[in-house]
Amino acid sequence: MPAFGNSSRSHTASLDLAPDTSAPRWTHRNDTDPWYDTFPWWGVIVAVVLVVLGLLVAFNEGYNIAFDRIIPGLWLTVKATVYSFVISCVIGMVIALARTSQNVVARNLARSYVELIRGIPILVLIFTIALVIVPSVSDALGQPNRVPQEWRAIIALSLIYAGYIAEIFRAGIQSVDRGQIEAGRSLGLSRRETTRSIVLPQAIRAVVPPLGNDFIAILKDTSLLSVLGVLELTQRGRQYASGSFKFRDSYLALTFIYLTLTVVLSLLLGVVERRLSQDRKGAR
Amino acid sequence: MLPLIEVTNLHKTFGKDIHAVRGVDIEIAPGEVVVIVGPSGSGKSTVLRCLNMLEIPTEGAIRIDGEYVTAPDANLDRMRAETGMVFQQFNLFPHLTVLDNITLAQRKVRKRSKEEAEVEAMRQLTRVGIPEKAGSYPRQLSGGQQQRVAIARSLAMGPKVMLFDEPTSALDPEMVKEVLDVMLELAKAGMTMVVVTHEMGFARAAADRVVFIDEGVFVEMGTPDQIFDHPREARTKAFFDKILQH
Repeated sequence: MPAFGNSSRSHTASLDLAPDTSAPRWTHRNDTDPWYDTFPWWGVIVAVVLVVLGLLVAFNEGYNIAFDRIIPGLWLTVKATVYSFVISCVIGMVIALARTSQNVVARNLARSYVELIRGIPILVLIFTIALVIVPSVSDALGQPNRVPQEWRAIIALSLIYAGYIAEIFRAGIQSVDRGQIEAGRSLGLSRRETTRSIVLPQAIRAVVPPLGNDFIAILKDTSLLSVLGVLELTQRGRQYASGSFKFRDSYLALTFIYLTLTVVLSLLLGVVERRLSQDRKGAR
Repeated sequence: MLPLIEVTNLHKTFGKDIHAVRGVDIEIAPGEVVVIVGPSGSGKSTVLRCLNMLEIPTEGAIRIDGEYVTAPDANLDRMRAETGMVFQQFNLFPHLTVLDNITLAQRKVRKRSKEEAEVEAMRQLTRVGIPEKAGSYPRQLSGGQQQRVAIARSLAMGPKVMLFDEPTSALDPEMVKEVLDVMLELAKAGMTMVVVTHEMGFARAAADRVVFIDEGVFVEMGTPDQIFDHPREARTKAFFDKILQH
């Protein structure tokens, strides 16, 4: 499977709990290898960190209070993640189709969008979109200041990730063999019908793993929305910390919550990926 | 009889330097089986791919069933539905079952109902000898079976002509025969076929006419016996001497 062009985005790298294929190529693994050579020690370490933090949150009163103060932000974190992911998938698909289309104008507009988004730090984009672009647009529409802060945050994250996800879809579309398109066209299917019935279904299968990674990346990047003052997890953590000066309790509880979410999502993604690759091997 | 396919002065260049096809003319009658042979890089696949406009010719005219497919306003989708194409790499749709592979274009292009399309699909699958694979996915089939499904997929559209682009070149040796047998049956049934292949045995058995192409031009054409056994041109003779020696 080709890498889907997100290697340059270190901020989106998520825990990889999928089967480990990163072993050095020159080590030939077989039954004679000692078990401790292949055992996923890193997983144990992550699990230990998680359990220790979990125990602290469960039994230490300080952490317990911090957790209780922060956890109401979970709802907004999840909401922002899911909405942003869905919206950016829709916009990203449109941009990817434009980027791979025959139309010069569409292709170049799509490319500029992607390059602009990728050329600006996420934090800067969040400020710019939420505090400049969204207000100007709503002004221009004759509805000044009608967009609540929460939605400005979601719109910002959606527009940012639309650029990243567009690249994933583009790579997926271009990973479909040329022969597939030729076969479709040679049967008399139109370009549009070929894209719809033949290219996209295959492209979408190919991009499930990188899309899953970006879902987790969005979840983590919702913490950046705290700069807008919306009461998601990180903002609640910051508020509690600055009010109580209990930085350790606040930020370790916050760490525990995020790590739990990303580990669970990574595990789920690993299951989905394994199922997809079994599909490809024909174990239906 | 009016020719089904009429090619006049066909040229195809790729970029500035590669002149793959340099002025090819041929008329193919309905029911005729034409086999194109030639060394690799001679332009034989390019000629075939021009016939259904997968490659757009640089110059020249192609008429299929009386219509100029090279005209700027030609309806290529309609023309391609009448022109079946079988590829070297099969190009089955991996996300669809065998049955859905064969019904997709019937339903979208021919506007047949699901039931109609499935009946036709099963008829063609039976014809190529693997009706029991209807519910399988392409990856569960052998190469020979996949290619037979690809043939069935094209046949289900009811094409006027079938184009074969090295249909057995990607197959393991033991699967070549099952595909050639299907093609031979098809030829006997009167299908118009244009076949690019290295299978000289098939050419002898099925071809009405063999065309030898080299460096983008048709060097000579004639009956299989004439081309294989009594070639007029030195280039043709040299080619067959090379490949038939063993």
